[in-house]
Amino acid sequence: MPDLIIASVMTMMTAATPLMFAATGELVCERSGVLNLGVEGMMLIGAVFGFATAAVTGNAPLGLLMAGVAGLLASLIFAALTLSLLSNQVATGLALTIFGTGLSALVGFDYVGETIERITAIHLPVLSDLPVVGRLLFGHDPLVYLSLGLLAGVTWFLSHSRWGMILRAVGDSDVSAHAIGYPVVLIRYAAVAFGGMMAGLGGGYLSLVYTPLWAENMAAGRGWIALALVVFANWRPERVLFGAILFGGITILQLNAQAAGVGIPAAFMSMLPYIATIVVLVLISRDAIKIRLNAPACLGRPFRAER
Amino acid sequence: MKYLVKLVVVTFAAVLSLGAISTASADKLKVGFIYIGPPGDHGWTYAHDQGRLTVEDQLGDRVETTFVEGVPEGPDAERAIAKLAETGHKLIFTTSFGYMEPTLKVAKRFPDVKFEHATGYKQADNVATYSARFYEGRYVQGQIAAKISKSGIIGYIASFPIPEVVRGINAFMLGAQSINSDMKVKVVWAYTWFDPPKEADAAKVLMDQGADIITQHTDSTAAIQAAADRGIKAFGQASDMIHFAPKTQLTAIIDEWGPYYVARTQAVLDGTWTSGDTWHGMGPGMVVMAPFTNMPESVRQMAIETTAALTSGKLHAFTGPIYNQAGELVVAAGEVAPDFPMLATMNFYVQGVDDKLPE
Repeated sequence: MPDLIIASVMTMMTAATPLMFAATGELVCERSGVLNLGVEGMMLIGAVFGFATAAVTGNAPLGLLMAGVAGLLASLIFAALTLSLLSNQVATGLALTIFGTGLSALVGFDYVGETIERITAIHLPVLSDLPVVGRLLFGHDPLVYLSLGLLAGVTWFLSHSRWGMILRAVGDSDVSAHAIGYPVVLIRYAAVAFGGMMAGLGGGYLSLVYTPLWAENMAAGRGWIALALVVFANWRPERVLFGAILFGGITILQLNAQAAGVGIPAAFMSMLPYIATIVVLVLISRDAIKIRLNAPACLGRPFRAER
Repeated sequence: MKYLVKLVVVTFAAVLSLGAISTASADKLKVGFIYIGPPGDHGWTYAHDQGRLTVEDQLGDRVETTFVEGVPEGPDAERAIAKLAETGHKLIFTTSFGYMEPTLKVAKRFPDVKFEHATGYKQADNVATYSARFYEGRYVQGQIAAKISKSGIIGYIASFPIPEVVRGINAFMLGAQSINSDMKVKVVWAYTWFDPPKEADAAKVLMDQGADIITQHTDSTAAIQAAADRGIKAFGQASDMIHFAPKTQLTAIIDEWGPYYVARTQAVLDGTWTSGDTWHGMGPGMVVMAPFTNMPESVRQMAIETTAALTSGKLHAFTGPIYNQAGELVVAAGEVAPDFPMLATMNFYVQGVDDKLPE
């Protein structure tokens, strides 16, 4: 039984990691006041370029780097359209997802059925062999730690660093931030780019670690879950960790319950994360102050600098 | 939202592929294929596409083929099938169970177009059905698994609770029980044909719960790769997946659609096509086993013998006595389960399956 629990927790962490990458990035993006609905598309672009790089060079870490770069470049298209040309963020984000789905299928066409050397779990002498905690703390693949590290970094950045506070100011009142003299558009570019890189890494995790293969549309809606996750976390980075484990974990729990013969309908279990999101939304909507405190006030609004 | 995206992509795919063929010469027979996944899944759709290529190969000067990939089961399917019919395709293969109603609907509107629906059970004057007796392969797999498993637990990744899948689980169980009556099969329903990360999740969960052999009725190579990652043996699905897991695959059930597709296309060319139901197994070569690998020689010999017996018809996978989960005798000793209605509409588990069949 303890073995089963440890094994399940390990599997849950791997399910949570791609969500954590994408949601952390989108959270920073939304905190700066930009709503990028292209997460799914950027994940797919990251996944395919990461996989293609790994397949061609045989170097999976390089592939992961490329995944981040590809996601970043894709997000810059979005940034240029919405921030410089002031197009509608919702429509542009949707377009980015559709574009990413198509582009990744096109690029990936020749890589379907290729195999690569995946990035494997780390094994530290002594530490990883400790009973129970050894595997739980020191037995994951390196990207699990990277995603946790980035999340911790973002948490600190947003709450304790000067630029983090400026970023939040830009998201909460672009006009005031501009009046004080901060480069609103530039900061938003940076936030969108970070979001793109993180979504790309999340996609790269899927194609390089999770299932070392490329398959069309392999993100299978995880980008949308990451978007829901940001709302679920009420735009607070530390809650993303909890949410990602919950959202990722519920899939695993659902499958576990089935394999164990527990008679809960699988479709119902798959629904739970979304119900949780709705419940959280309803709860926070009841308290207007809380929303005002957390949701970036300028989310989704285009900004044109006044002279 | 995801649905919207899929819809747009599918529509694009349909428009593009149809645009491409509309310029072609008129005297060739146009044959259309509707695929549930991408031909590059190296599983189910890949096998159908190999069949399509065989048609091109053997009748290439008289036919031209078109395929529309990634068509969801539902209203989109109806649109995609109708589009093929509207653009002059006279023979259309719809290659997934969920296309059954859409195919019948479109067929009513195009009486001069012949339709072939895979794995369904409803025919019409211009709708034939065809399927392969994959369950024969499942029986062999069950025997191999029972011989090799140390934990006595097999992990089975199922897709949707439809007769074809339930039949596979039961045949697997019966095969396993013929070797060891205590074997357990744990079933996880993925509710998808193709979602690699989810298939991998299902495999991992089953291994977490002690399964030491993985078999799947979903279409991608993710599950067998997840098994390879943990050094556990597994079976390939619908096509030979040995390339993805050279040290893991025990065997795979390979669907050979080519000869059937060629014969049916030829029948349309000759004007001899009639509706009907084709359900071929190992005998006519529609179901083929990939080489038996990564197992002891004695197990390999047993697998070869069982395959030969199933091929010659000496052995039937569903030979009584067979009990259902409630312990009721459903097939008497020495008798063989009838194709219709029992096998064709199978909606119960045989005794020993460690799962409750979803409604």
